[in-house]
Amino acid sequence: MCGLGGFINKDGKKVDGTAITTMGGMMEARYDERGGGFAAYGIYPNHSDQYALHLLFDDERAREATEEYLKDRVNIVKDECIPTASVKEIAPVHVPWRYFIDVPEDFEAVEADFLVDTVMKINGSIPGAFVISSGKNMGVFKATGLPRNVAALFKISDYKAYAWSVHGRFPTNTQGWWGGAHPFNILDWSVVHNGEISSYGTNKRYLEMHGYECKLRTDTEVVAYLFDLLVRKHGLSAEVACSIMSPPFWKNIDRSDKREYYEALRMTYAPAMLNGPFAIIVNNKDSMIAFNDRIKLRPLIAAELGETTFVASEEAAIREIEPELDRVWAPRAGSPVIARLNNAGGK
Amino acid sequence: MKEVVIDSKGIHYKVLNFMIEDAINAGATKIVLENVNGQRFLLDGVNADVELEVHGTAGDDLAAFMNGPRVTVYGNVQDGVGNTMNRGLVVIHGDGRDIVGHSMRGGKIFVKGDVGYRVGIHMKQYEDNYPVVVAGGTAMDFLGEYMAGGVVLILNIGDAPFTGDWVGTGIHGGVIYVRGDVPEFLLGIGAKATDLEASDKKLIKELAEEYGRYFGVDPKPIYESRFTKIVPISHRPYAKMYTDD
Repeated sequence: MCGLGGFINKDGKKVDGTAITTMGGMMEARYDERGGGFAAYGIYPNHSDQYALHLLFDDERAREATEEYLKDRVNIVKDECIPTASVKEIAPVHVPWRYFIDVPEDFEAVEADFLVDTVMKINGSIPGAFVISSGKNMGVFKATGLPRNVAALFKISDYKAYAWSVHGRFPTNTQGWWGGAHPFNILDWSVVHNGEISSYGTNKRYLEMHGYECKLRTDTEVVAYLFDLLVRKHGLSAEVACSIMSPPFWKNIDRSDKREYYEALRMTYAPAMLNGPFAIIVNNKDSMIAFNDRIKLRPLIAAELGETTFVASEEAAIREIEPELDRVWAPRAGSPVIARLNNAGGK
Repeated sequence: MKEVVIDSKGIHYKVLNFMIEDAINAGATKIVLENVNGQRFLLDGVNADVELEVHGTAGDDLAAFMNGPRVTVYGNVQDGVGNTMNRGLVVIHGDGRDIVGHSMRGGKIFVKGDVGYRVGIHMKQYEDNYPVVVAGGTAMDFLGEYMAGGVVLILNIGDAPFTGDWVGTGIHGGVIYVRGDVPEFLLGIGAKATDLEASDKKLIKELAEEYGRYFGVDPKPIYESRFTKIVPISHRPYAKMYTDD
């Protein structure tokens, strides 16, 4: 059991991290203190053209090794310790750091792939260094602690974003550690998840064939990479990606007037299907996507008010920040809720 | 009658449930909870002649193990309302979510609107005790999953085609009624659709009238409609799994 929530202001209006912290705090019965985190979009307007790398370092040596690696590879425009407050509930096991970087001109045509490769190299080969987010004008903040304490640690209320997500973790199959807290990220994709990805092994091997390495020791990591592969690299829509990850059952495909389409997806992308119980919220710079496993083994509620779309594990988490809503509904399992910025371009 | 009003805003569910218990011990016969938002376990295991009014969104496991009280919710409820409930009444002026009536053994739940997945899962009955779940809207997949007894009635007042898949998967007791048609391909393993008898129609009429009283709806057009009755193929589907007899 975990608790998750998120919202996107489709008009791009930014709000500080108070509301999302409240949202996460409403679901404390769902998780414990072994993993909390936030994703925020639009927080670095002064560096919106640069990739913002958020890292966790075990020690000074890991930081030096990472800087050596980055200096040879990218242009570091600015770097600094991510500001933190002292929070007695959270031991400072890692040093959080951020780099704003430009990709060298030679690689501009393939800069997203270049970035993915950079992240994989750091996570895979520099001991004690982990990239926890790597998108533009966004960031992930996470640690071992209750979401409200993680919010205090990273001074979440100081950031202003048009889209936020929150996660409180109740670790079941893998250890609780800072990097194992949600959201999981690659580029501007971030994922919060309640449940288990039982198909982790299959998904991981599939992703490895496409250059992704799963190093964060938790199943949810594959979901972020799958979205990057299917939507960014293969050019599929979010709707199609969700149909691949949470497809209809064969008995319903047989009856569907889109039978050939679903058959093609299942044959082409069989190793990208997610098995197991899940409720997932995925964000990127343009949108928020929420979806369930196809037999609805985890809770998910959606709501709308004006230009804002909300999703959460519990209705109460949404109502605590907006008591009066235009619409509240329980999304159908396998049917994603997709909310896009009004001025979002493309898919 | 002694009425107690509690402003629940910002009160942790554990504290709120102690406040309810204290009020009952002090002789309250009606408790009104204002500004409820997601507090869990309300009236769980309460064995008293008391009425509870909930204003707001009731949290998970409302009325679990409840044994007698009458609960009215002005708002939606979260998952698991009536979990293993024994006796009493829950009336919800909103929607129910997943596993409404989970393992329920007696009493009644009336939901004005829609209900979610696995409603009535593992409900059971014994002699004269049987649980009843009635929803005015529609229901999602796995309605009456592993049901061993009791009654689930989906009134489908909006007249939308019923789309809940795997109805009655693993059902081996009790009965599910859905207003309108339930196509064969939506039935789960172990379930079959049969014709209604006079006793079924009488029960549907009574429950529709009770629904009408709680929510101010004319029940006549509802109970005069066509219903699909779904029952187990076998009361002992696994009787021969390990032995021949």
